[in-house]
Amino acid sequence: MARSPYIPHTDADISAMLEKIGVKDLDALYSDVPQEFLRKEPCDLPDALSEQEIREYFACLAAQNANLKVFVGQGAYDHYTPSVIPYLTSRSEFITAYTPYQCEISQGTLRYIFEYQSMICRLTGLDISNASLYDGATAAAEAMMMLIACTRKKTTVLLSEALLPQVREVVKTYAKFHGVKIGFIPADGGETSLDALKEALHSGEVAGAIVPSVNRFGIVENHEGFAQALHDAGALLVEYCDPSALAVVKSPAEWDADIAVGDGQPLGLPLSYGGPYVGFMAVKKDHMRKMPGRIVGQTTDKEGRRVFVLTLQAREQHIRREKATSNICSNESLMALWATIYLSLMGPEGLVKLNEICSDGAHYLKEELLKTGLFEDLFPAKPFLKEFVLKTSVEGLQAKLEKAGFFAALPTEEGYVSFCVTEKRSKEETDLLVKAVKEA
Amino acid sequence: MKYYDKLVFELSQPGRTAFSLPENRFPSAGKLPSALCRGEAPSLPQVSEPDVVRHYTNLSQMNFGVDSGFYPLGSCTMKYNPKINEEVASLPGFAGLHPLMGEKSATGAVKVYEELEKELAEITGMDRFTFAPCAGAHGELTGLMIMRQYHLSRGDSGRTKVIVPDSAHGTNPASAAVCGLEVVQVKSLENGRIDVEALKPLLDSSVAGIMMTNPNTLGLFETQIKTIAELVHGVGGLLYYDGANMNPLMGVVRPGDMGFDIMHLNLHKTFSTPHGGGGPGSGPVGVKAYLAPCLKEIKVSGFQGNFAVMLRALAYLLSLGKQHIREVGQYSTLNANYIKECLKDVYLLPIEGVCKHEFVFDGLINDGAKEGVPGASTLDVAKRLLDYGFHAPTIYFPLLFHQALMIEPTETESKETMDAFISVMRKIAAEAAEDPALLHDAPHNTPITRPDETTAARNPVLIHPQ
Repeated sequence: MARSPYIPHTDADISAMLEKIGVKDLDALYSDVPQEFLRKEPCDLPDALSEQEIREYFACLAAQNANLKVFVGQGAYDHYTPSVIPYLTSRSEFITAYTPYQCEISQGTLRYIFEYQSMICRLTGLDISNASLYDGATAAAEAMMMLIACTRKKTTVLLSEALLPQVREVVKTYAKFHGVKIGFIPADGGETSLDALKEALHSGEVAGAIVPSVNRFGIVENHEGFAQALHDAGALLVEYCDPSALAVVKSPAEWDADIAVGDGQPLGLPLSYGGPYVGFMAVKKDHMRKMPGRIVGQTTDKEGRRVFVLTLQAREQHIRREKATSNICSNESLMALWATIYLSLMGPEGLVKLNEICSDGAHYLKEELLKTGLFEDLFPAKPFLKEFVLKTSVEGLQAKLEKAGFFAALPTEEGYVSFCVTEKRSKEETDLLVKAVKEA
Repeated sequence: MKYYDKLVFELSQPGRTAFSLPENRFPSAGKLPSALCRGEAPSLPQVSEPDVVRHYTNLSQMNFGVDSGFYPLGSCTMKYNPKINEEVASLPGFAGLHPLMGEKSATGAVKVYEELEKELAEITGMDRFTFAPCAGAHGELTGLMIMRQYHLSRGDSGRTKVIVPDSAHGTNPASAAVCGLEVVQVKSLENGRIDVEALKPLLDSSVAGIMMTNPNTLGLFETQIKTIAELVHGVGGLLYYDGANMNPLMGVVRPGDMGFDIMHLNLHKTFSTPHGGGGPGSGPVGVKAYLAPCLKEIKVSGFQGNFAVMLRALAYLLSLGKQHIREVGQYSTLNANYIKECLKDVYLLPIEGVCKHEFVFDGLINDGAKEGVPGASTLDVAKRLLDYGFHAPTIYFPLLFHQALMIEPTETESKETMDAFISVMRKIAAEAAEDPALLHDAPHNTPITRPDETTAARNPVLIHPQ
């Protein structure tokens, strides 16, 4: 039988190689493995498929997923991906490279990471960015561990209850095993409460607080006084942000935050059922040496040319080993490239305009939904952009809308229903959703 | 490869744009209150679409990938990345799927997870998998959390130590530290295997478990694994398998049969998904059935993990099927042994015998050192390889040898490619013996020469100034 198409060996190659090695057959290469551990039977896997069959298999599975119009965000946003991005990111020199250990033949990767770091700093207003983390939730978890490392002898990190549930859950999981206490700041009237934060700081045990810039109710939070209160207590402020919204909302630096984290998915990354996305982190200069993950820096080569290298590696897991405060190694490099190209294409003007379209669409949908009389606006005075929540009297609204072809009205943990409008949703689709709600 | 000096910011011209947005047909909602508004828009590049395409194409041309040439980077399993997998991962029916959609709306995606779990379980001898971890180190951390959760769930809170061999990947001790475990190192014997006698006194009721790679980072099979498993289980500890080195065992040996309780796999190594210049990866964690309840208690990423990477891995597995899976293990092992045998007269092989998918040389046998002229180091050999169009092996790891040169060819390389590599490695050895200075200055034929890393770390320039 022919070998796998990915294996180049001919029978003659195999004989010649075995002869050079000085063994009689392939099995002899496993002579060091105790007999009892060698598989006697072939693997119980399906028969090998041809490429044509693989294509058909996945086309068939993809068709089994419902093709719904997405009107939900909650941490994953259906923004449009310009065709330039998959075209460029699938260049094999980018996608089939490893981590840029050999900088002389990895300047492509190193340069785009440097650009990515620069763009994340420009969006957040902070000084230093790393080369990326896994996703928003793990970026928040890394920030939690960093808070403890930056503020010696503090034991507790505060999380806003207005953070996305998946972010809170991941931070809680990491904290449990890392030996960090988690406290929660309640959300009063849809926003992280400054009074509750101040109250929690009295313990003197707090290393910092993680609060959302735009929260899970879609509300743009006002963080006036947050940094002051935390800094007075010797603690740090972490802003959890939607990088797309940072084009218009106050930046972490403008709130005097020490660290910014979030998920880069809204920067044109496909929803892809949850990943790959890209976590980002930016910090003030003072915290540079405590920041997890890889960092690319600029230097010169022997000829004096500007070149880029992985730098400040003394912070990293492979050097620190059991003294490490983060274990991240592989990150989401290609998705960082994705976000970098997206931001290059959108530019400042495009990103501001995008926010306007989404915000106008969301405000329109909210008004139209309220007009049906089936909803109650819980936070009427609160500013929002593309996402909002309402209270509804309709039972099982999400399931009913799904039947009509929409993914919308996702219940929150309180039982509110959440909606989101991106630039991919036309006015016609939005009107159809409202019509479906009326018929639900 | 040619040197190209621009950064995208340097192409920027005020008023130039590349975005294409639909016309806004909604009524205006007005602006945010000014107290919440950003002072000025972020200073992102202002470029055209052709600018962007040409710029990133130019950047890509300073990069070397598996598709460019041989990439024998030890421990990283740089095998060929099949192209049908990319097509599958970008199907709109998957790419457009929101992660919070219920299982009924995502039937196809759920089936992908089910099929992948079934096949990985068969290959590894584990029973259940979580796909949430996004990389190998993330999988290690998740696996250790499961280990601790298991002990805690039985009221056994005194297990605070984890044993890690001195040959382990750097992420092993780091993952243990992040997980709140104390790392106890166990040393290796001269034959590169764990010293079982040194292990024995470390074992007591404070041990949560041991983290092992088998074959280990020297590419050597831990022949005493059965004894080690009995000893560790004997004191109530668990065995963690670091799947970074799973490739030579594909279809031949199952970690689950060797006594391992928990393991991770690197889908971006063993299962052919591209490394993307450092991610996205995927590090699913498999456990024995008795540990399955612990999986639910641990949430380590926002949604279901890197789903598009799973799609690629499943496509790969379907192409292998029962007919070809064993070829992966066997030919990766064959290739590594072939290169080792062809070079061991010029590079120092510290430990004789068959290796698995990779092996480690301890530098050149004759490094050319003469009075006043230092010899050629492993770094020099690595840099000289770049001149001849090959990626370098992993260098200075594992830490057991001073001049470690770790070579992993993978099964997708032909004899011709390896013969070309062997002949260049021999040529470099000859160059070193004659004129080590030539190697100190290498590489000569790459877009840039050696960088000043000291200045990079001392005076860090980490962003482009606005």
